[in-house]
Amino acid sequence: MAEKPVSEYRGSIHQQQKDLMLDWYQRLDHAAETGDPPTVSMMISGNCVELLEGFGAIPQYPEVNALQLAIRHQSLEPILAAEEMGYAGDNCAYVKADIGCMLKGITPTGGRLPKPTLVLCNFVGCNTYVKWFEHVSAFTGAPLFVLDVPFLRNDTPSQADIDYVVRQLKEVVGQMEELIGRKFDYDRFRQSVAYSSEVEELWSQIKHLAKNSPSPFDAYFDAITLMGPLYVYRGKREGVEFFRAALNELQQKVKAGEGVYDQERFRVVVEGPPPYPYFRTFRDMFASWKAVAVASTYSTVGGLWEFGFRHDAKNPFESVAMHMLAQNVTNRNYLQRYDQIRRYVQEWNADGVIIHFVKSCRLFSAGQGDMRDYFTKQLGVPTLYIESDLEDPRYFAEAQTKNRIDAFFESLEHAKRTAAHAVSA
Amino acid sequence: MKQFERTFDSLLEGMQDLSFAGVWRWKEQHPGAKSVAFFPVYAPVELVHAAGMLPVLLSGAGDRLDIQHADSRFGSFICSVIKTTMEMAMTGHLEPFDGLLFSSICDSARNLCFVIKRNYPRMYVDFLHLPHSTSDSSVEFLTEEYRRIVVELERMSGAPIQPAALRRSIALYNIQRSLVRQLYDLRAESPYLLRAWESYVLIRSGNFMPVEEHIEILKQALDYLPSRPGKKRDAIRVVIEGAFCEQPPLELIRLLENAGCDIVEDDLAIAQRWFTEDMPLTDDPVRALAESYVHRSVYSSVRHDFSKPRWEGLAEKVRDTRAEAVIFLIAKFCEPAYFDFVLFKKKVDEMGLPHLLLEFEEKLFTFDRLRTEVETFVESLVFD
Repeated sequence: MAEKPVSEYRGSIHQQQKDLMLDWYQRLDHAAETGDPPTVSMMISGNCVELLEGFGAIPQYPEVNALQLAIRHQSLEPILAAEEMGYAGDNCAYVKADIGCMLKGITPTGGRLPKPTLVLCNFVGCNTYVKWFEHVSAFTGAPLFVLDVPFLRNDTPSQADIDYVVRQLKEVVGQMEELIGRKFDYDRFRQSVAYSSEVEELWSQIKHLAKNSPSPFDAYFDAITLMGPLYVYRGKREGVEFFRAALNELQQKVKAGEGVYDQERFRVVVEGPPPYPYFRTFRDMFASWKAVAVASTYSTVGGLWEFGFRHDAKNPFESVAMHMLAQNVTNRNYLQRYDQIRRYVQEWNADGVIIHFVKSCRLFSAGQGDMRDYFTKQLGVPTLYIESDLEDPRYFAEAQTKNRIDAFFESLEHAKRTAAHAVSA
Repeated sequence: MKQFERTFDSLLEGMQDLSFAGVWRWKEQHPGAKSVAFFPVYAPVELVHAAGMLPVLLSGAGDRLDIQHADSRFGSFICSVIKTTMEMAMTGHLEPFDGLLFSSICDSARNLCFVIKRNYPRMYVDFLHLPHSTSDSSVEFLTEEYRRIVVELERMSGAPIQPAALRRSIALYNIQRSLVRQLYDLRAESPYLLRAWESYVLIRSGNFMPVEEHIEILKQALDYLPSRPGKKRDAIRVVIEGAFCEQPPLELIRLLENAGCDIVEDDLAIAQRWFTEDMPLTDDPVRALAESYVHRSVYSSVRHDFSKPRWEGLAEKVRDTRAEAVIFLIAKFCEPAYFDFVLFKKKVDEMGLPHLLLEFEEKLFTFDRLRTEVETFVESLVFD
């Protein structure tokens, strides 16, 4: 019998992140019970969690709820409930799972989720969010603020873009002050921005550790584990402590020459969100080839820090605006994503690119055929294109996906062997 | 009268002609002048016009072009208008255009903008961020965004856009929009004088010709129509909602009418109905354009004004036209329309109105199933 692949690294940081996330859910449960602390519904991507700290408020992320449900194999029931009330088969399944849960009172942990003090639609690049948050507000009765973040049409945002976002951030502050009946604590906000920049530095260093061969962690699957604290605790001392511990642990692994597997056979870059309902199954498909993701675009949804951007406590509002406008993958234009992946392939020394098309998310997926064309034809980078969904278990074809992944690595292996042969000859 | 009926054939030909012969003709008549195509739903055509260019709607190829290449760039679960537009680009159909303008209507359309930009680097391809908010800062922002586009257009044409020229363009488009409003009023009042498919062709064809010509056509139609022979018929008054971007085949609009619906309102030609009132002619016309977008435009699934929910806009439309039913006509894979359907349907239910959901694709060839659905729906209302 073939040896079952050891498919993931389980360090102490995995337990720590679990504890942090459970603690967050408990605070949300407490908020549902007592109304304290105030909570704000936000989108992960380009989130301005630092602003919330100025009110001692905590974030609620509908996406995190949705993905938690999917990973626990509980997403289909709420999706069906939403479809019954009129959502289409082709609507984003994250939205359907979230709305379905809300209507049926289902939560990922079994605890309660509070009615948000404010539904803050920090729309960055995802048009679906505009609808999603409008629906959340309509169904919960919570007030809605749409923070309109101009899409990054050019390489960098214009001054008008930055001014527009800053003005709106200040409008959010004004609305929150009215809703909570408490003044915005500017110093606490600035402190939070400072914590964020520390966390971002640590996170960026972690990302760069994947340039080592073997990489000490999988920058797709393991990065997702670390993303929870990144979005909930980025602007807090606990976040700094967690990421310091994480960096330390991974640095030790690099020193010891330890990788994700006993031997690292392939290095890939992954584009697109994972199929959460089959997260483990999907991971094992890569594990059986000892293929490690050295970088991924999905882990930059909430922020892109490995290329140098940090929040800046000297200009807190402007830097929050910059993060929302230009430093997360979803508000950057499609060609900037090509370039991001190209840098990963070259600087992180990858053998190929895995493009995971997810039916739910057109932001990620519309045009990925062209992306494949760019990488295979223009750059000559081996590319695998597979399709499923991030939330709806009905769209995962296990045998077909596995066949395609196997065929891809077989051909990569063949190409490597041929190349090695050519060198030795 | 015969002349009027014949007009439809040539207008229809103009709006379905994938070789854009009319655009080529215009360019021949205006040596050196440029043409800029815009992807639905809305674009500030006044800016393009004031730059001395011809704005043309780019909205896919309907059933007139087989997809042979675009599938390899845009895979499953992506609507047809994205793919046929990409196919047009890949088969040389966009050559009459010097520039393409996209805006923030949905994620697929936005990615299409950048895919085309990569593949056709010599063309001016731009993305316009239209605000999803109606605060005062949105007006400030959009004014600056329009000024950015102005700079790009000036670069293309090699000449500055003078405020006076922009005011003239705004005045022209004000006339066009006011005539379109009159046509819709006439149809809502006397649907027997003008069928919805006819009004659709009359209005939508204006996207493929100079606005000056379109104004003349609309004036002639409005002069003639009140005296057009027509018979009142027993039909239910319906509002069509949801087909603001990808367009249904004309046959489908005819099918709805033949099945006993008087379409008294729709969002099929929404670009020419974007503003609820005339745009003011001010000293700063760029700002006037932005202000009008933020404060004086229609509700639409791709334009968001959270101070006034879109479902209230639909409810007003239904009340104003005394409609008896709503037909949601939604393109396959159109996410904005499908999301709005949930809350629109809720509102229509609260109003006690019957509604029907029909899904279409621009390249639809058989209509039997849809015909049965519509006929059953109409019968259930007539014999209720």
